[in-house]
Amino acid sequence: MKRVIARTVAAAACGLGLALAAGTALAQKGLDEPFQAQFKSALSGKTVAYIPVSMNFDLTEGWFAGVKKELEPYGMKVIVRDPNWSTNAGAQALTTLISEKPAAIIVHNPDVQTYARLMQRAEAEGIHIIQINMGSVYRSSAFVGANWIEIGERDTEAVVKACEGKSNKIAIMQGALSAAASAYTLKGVENVLAKHPQIKVVSSQAADWDAAKAKGIAQTVLKQHPDLCGIVGFWDGMDIGTAAAIKEAGLTGKVFLATSGGGERKGACELVKNGSFDLNLSYDVPTQAADMAGMIKWLLSAGVKAGSVKGSIYTTLVPITKENASVESTCWNLGDLKK
Amino acid sequence: MKLGRVSQQGIVFAIFLAMFAGFAFFLHGFATTANMLALLQNVAVLGILGLGMAIVVIGRGVDLSLIATLAVPPGLVLQTVQDGSSLPLALTAALALAIVFGLVNGWLIAYAEVPALFTTLATGLFLAGLGQALLFKLDVVQWSSGLDGFEKLGQGVVLGIPMPIIVFALACVGIGLLLTRTRIGAYIYAIGDNPFGARTTGIPVRPTIVLQYVIAALIGCLAGLVMAASVNSMPTRIYNSTWIYDVILVVVLGGIGLSGGRGGVLNVVIGTLLIGTLLNGMTIMDMSYSAQNLIKGMVLLAAVIADSFLNPRNEETAQQGDI
Repeated sequence: MKRVIARTVAAAACGLGLALAAGTALAQKGLDEPFQAQFKSALSGKTVAYIPVSMNFDLTEGWFAGVKKELEPYGMKVIVRDPNWSTNAGAQALTTLISEKPAAIIVHNPDVQTYARLMQRAEAEGIHIIQINMGSVYRSSAFVGANWIEIGERDTEAVVKACEGKSNKIAIMQGALSAAASAYTLKGVENVLAKHPQIKVVSSQAADWDAAKAKGIAQTVLKQHPDLCGIVGFWDGMDIGTAAAIKEAGLTGKVFLATSGGGERKGACELVKNGSFDLNLSYDVPTQAADMAGMIKWLLSAGVKAGSVKGSIYTTLVPITKENASVESTCWNLGDLKK
Repeated sequence: MKLGRVSQQGIVFAIFLAMFAGFAFFLHGFATTANMLALLQNVAVLGILGLGMAIVVIGRGVDLSLIATLAVPPGLVLQTVQDGSSLPLALTAALALAIVFGLVNGWLIAYAEVPALFTTLATGLFLAGLGQALLFKLDVVQWSSGLDGFEKLGQGVVLGIPMPIIVFALACVGIGLLLTRTRIGAYIYAIGDNPFGARTTGIPVRPTIVLQYVIAALIGCLAGLVMAASVNSMPTRIYNSTWIYDVILVVVLGGIGLSGGRGGVLNVVIGTLLIGTLLNGMTIMDMSYSAQNLIKGMVLLAAVIADSFLNPRNEETAQQGDI
């Protein structure tokens, strides 16, 4: 009899255990993450406007594609106003956008002054301003971009190093005089040259971001100074011309050409691979796009009042040389970014 | 132009000689063969464009769309080859585009009688816009491996002379022969001198005008191909630059009056040489950008003032007005 009771108790215990187990299994529902809904609703349906200096070139197309890719899945609308190199048209677009009240505006400044007051007004109206690559005198919620001084310094350091034991004669190929990026880069160049008095700058000219003009200047300089040991160029799109002049003079490999750009495959990696550029400092465009999108996500989800915080994300530069130019991930291309 | 008067061409040539002598004397490394070649090579594309502009200006027109034809059809060559077409196919497409564009320009000006200034301003914008919106992915169209060998047009050297100079020289000879040795050339001068008179004497004025714009478009396209081959890319954004003024400058500075009917290839060559010498000398001196602009402006002003002293306005210019 005792045995029967014991068995019954045991069976009951088992059943109870099973029931308990089944019960907990049923109770294992998802745990609500308390922050994501708020994040989603902060982003969804909002508009981000984008004013580059002009569409149709690798940097501005890349930023647009990258930001869209990051933000559209969250129900955000990314719109573009293309001033096509006209500062006036850009200022008008910005003025109109302020009255349309998007959540954020990404601004690519043509110079340090023109948009400054407008951006201040936009932030006073509650619109976050993200500045990309070309900063203005007005610091807004966020600046994402290359540190031009650093680019000038690192390019010049590389050229100075390549000149060791050679003629120590270098040339500088500036962009457009009115562009802040060009002036900042030049400051970086000067910083390094101040430490190396042995270096002689035989030519420092502005080529207006124009490859044909850069080629003309480089040709003349190379004819006068065939023993030139390096050239600091300010943008890879222009320095294709500088490289062509070096190649024509038969000095590829003898004249060290350092430049910078957005790291687009055809414009950067392939030209480093074929020896046109010896160093191309890339401010990797997809990373910059991701940084901008990240900034927008953070600002909107935090509900920060526009203009109340100001910070910068200086882009970590990727030096492209022969060593990494063949690596797939070093450069990007627009076709892939748009996919 | 009366005898005993110094023409604008003469003045500019004198300025050129004085400047050249000055640079050669004071500037170490200027008067060397290598530098002379560099000088010419740097302005060859400008010179080629100047020839295209000259043909139109001699026929009393103006072509502001020349930079668009420099940028878009050659850009199309680079883009289509990049996308996988063969080079001959791409070149054919580009030439066809240039010819159609020239025909449209010419038709609007000759048959629809829209003033050349407005027509070419608008069509140039249209072509550049078409390129940006539909033909190109990025505004700097990069070289691709399918074009290998073609860069010789801009970077090759024949008998020690860089290719762009040779192309410029050939274009000079070609246009020179066309203007001075053919009936079409005579028609162009006649139309430039007096379009109504030319029509009365039975010259096919309208077809000739159309032809001028087609030739200009083809020359623009040629200049663009040389440029693209020379810098291994086509920065189509060049359309937004002030290049067209430089081209007009070469033509006008050389002495081809905007009122038409005067001047020739020699004027373009002189204008080109003056600009080339100026740029080269200032680059060697490593002058700042602003100083270069200042000097360029002063030389131009000097040429224009000297011209107005030596060739005062007469009845004819008073009637037509200056541009």
